[in-house]
Amino acid sequence: MARLDRREFLKSSLVIGAGLIGLSTEAQAGPKNVLSPDRMGVLVDTTACIGCRNCEWACKTAHDLPTNPLASYQDKSVFEKMRRPDDKALTVVNRYANPKDPDAPYTVKVQCMHCDHPACVSVCIVGAFSKQENGAVVWDTDKCIGCRYCMVACPFQVPAFEYETALKPNIVKCDFCAARRQGGELPACVETCPAEALTYGPRDELVRIARDRTKRYPERYVKGVFGEYEVGGTGWIYLAGVDFSALQFPKLGNNPAPGISESIQHGIFAYFVPPVALYALLGALMWVSKDWPEGEDEE
Amino acid sequence: MTMDHFTKPTPIQKKYLTPGVIVLILLALNGLAFLALRLFFGIGSVTNLNNQYPWGIWIGIDVAGGVALAAGGFTTAALGHVMNRKEYHAVVRPALLTAMLGYTFVALGVTIDIGRWYYIWHPIVFWNGTSALFEVGICVTIYATVLYTEFLPIVTERFIGHVALPGPLSRLDGVIDKLLRALERGLSKVMFIFIIAGVVLSTLHQSSLGTLMVIAGPKMHPLWQTPILPFLFLLSAISVGFPMVIFESMLAARSFGMKPEMAILSKLGAMTAPLLGIYLAFKIGDMFIRETFVYLTVLNTQSVMFMLEILLGVVVPLRMFLSRGVLKSPPLLFIAASLTVMGVLMNRINNFVVAYTPPYSFGSYFPSIGEVSVTVGFICILVLIYRAAVMIFPVISLPDKTLSPRARYTIRG
Repeated sequence: MARLDRREFLKSSLVIGAGLIGLSTEAQAGPKNVLSPDRMGVLVDTTACIGCRNCEWACKTAHDLPTNPLASYQDKSVFEKMRRPDDKALTVVNRYANPKDPDAPYTVKVQCMHCDHPACVSVCIVGAFSKQENGAVVWDTDKCIGCRYCMVACPFQVPAFEYETALKPNIVKCDFCAARRQGGELPACVETCPAEALTYGPRDELVRIARDRTKRYPERYVKGVFGEYEVGGTGWIYLAGVDFSALQFPKLGNNPAPGISESIQHGIFAYFVPPVALYALLGALMWVSKDWPEGEDEE
Repeated sequence: MTMDHFTKPTPIQKKYLTPGVIVLILLALNGLAFLALRLFFGIGSVTNLNNQYPWGIWIGIDVAGGVALAAGGFTTAALGHVMNRKEYHAVVRPALLTAMLGYTFVALGVTIDIGRWYYIWHPIVFWNGTSALFEVGICVTIYATVLYTEFLPIVTERFIGHVALPGPLSRLDGVIDKLLRALERGLSKVMFIFIIAGVVLSTLHQSSLGTLMVIAGPKMHPLWQTPILPFLFLLSAISVGFPMVIFESMLAARSFGMKPEMAILSKLGAMTAPLLGIYLAFKIGDMFIRETFVYLTVLNTQSVMFMLEILLGVVVPLRMFLSRGVLKSPPLLFIAASLTVMGVLMNRINNFVVAYTPPYSFGSYFPSIGEVSVTVGFICILVLIYRAAVMIFPVISLPDKTLSPRARYTIRG
């Protein structure tokens, strides 16, 4: 340290600071996250769902996942246990008791909610998730490193991971049939649903339809549309005949999931000012603390 | 200077293999066997992780705990080099070595935990500025490079004047010696840049590590989930830095049959008290502002772990570090330091594993034998490399009678 003069010390410190500030202009790079006003969504009317599970079959078929023949989906014994989407099934249907009519239980289809402000898009270390203009939240296999932070962050606990795969395990979740829809087709589950429990359309339009239904049939629906406001709004929204918590919907606030952590991140890295300021402060502290050679060099 | 004797970093001359070392080697091999299973058959074959519990102790201990316990590196660098407190120089090099190895194993821990370990370099190419993990990843990468750079002068010091290559290569001895000297000169001019960068990078990623779990929102138990998590992580990292130095210095001293540097260590202990106090104040303050103390009235894993973390890991060592008797007594100081280290480690495990309560779990997560084996194996390999490193390089300070008051304390780490 003794061989370093003040001028050099200052000069180098300035170069570091400038370098960091330069970096900040590039740090804007990130994943695509579009919130188009025309984004599509699906309205799931759980009171209309008959629990046929045809959607499960159609989904597997559309995504080339191994599946038993459609007839086997008549088996209602699977309802005895609550199931979650995983790497072998992007959507599952669960059954819940109907307090008003024990003979007509509610069935609820579960899949990725395609949030308007997705936590997975926000947290993914390499930006492998993106929110597309068409409303789909999709995952890019070429970027993903398999860190599973998306699974930690997802408020609906949807993304699944191929734990049994040694090489190139995937993150697996509903992709809103992005490929099919590009070819002008409906999402596989919507197309196959025989009970018209699934309505595909512009998300904002669906919210209007859903509100209208709850108003017109107050005896059929509980108030509220799940997903209209939850975590800042979701692409898939739900209507129900009992309280949503009875159907195991998570209790979530209306703020987008990434809100707090993104503002912390942006606070710490506001144009790199805080780190650069800390660097300068420490540099100054080091400067005043160091033994400056006075006349006779300390060496 | 208040020191009554002068010391000089010297390679330790002891036998490498002892019964203890052989136990470490066996545990390391056991860990590597499970690691091989993970590489050949996937994460699911070795761990208890599933779609509900995507992160386990490999993240909680190897990564989050590892980063926190490597905090001795930047805290001693700030004290010894930035504030230029020469009397602490004897502990800077061991802390630097610990941090360097610690971060190496953090990187290894991340690599084996991610599904596609061969894509570990992706974050350098694909950026996502909104991701706290991206920030941690980049910062840890740069900081590890900084730590290796800070260690370079120790390598040059070891070999300058001692280059003796075997056989015909010995003709290159002179050239290599000159190169080493040039490297040493160059490094000594720019080292301050790396030292300050190391402290800045540490404050950044130590806190960002706390930001990681904020987005888990209600999936994290309210006793830990708070928007000031990044700040609490930073405070706890700063307060565990010196205890970790005390902990490892005393362990190393015992292992090599030397006397612990009580003159320095008790001062480090004394400085730890206010740091722990500030951490505790914010932790308790946060609890009262968010009124989460109500969760302590319920007896479950979370409330017990929280109480243990606070009482055994913060309050007891804080009280101990405030006592003059503890600071003067090697065994008591060691206990206080160990409790702090354990407390912060527990805090990281609690934040990443215990507090994580996903909405649709079919049971709770407990680490598998494979996970524990790999974690223990990694720690053992780290200790084995540390032992080899202090025997090869001048890291640990030994009394040196030939040395007059050390004037040439350049910034070297």
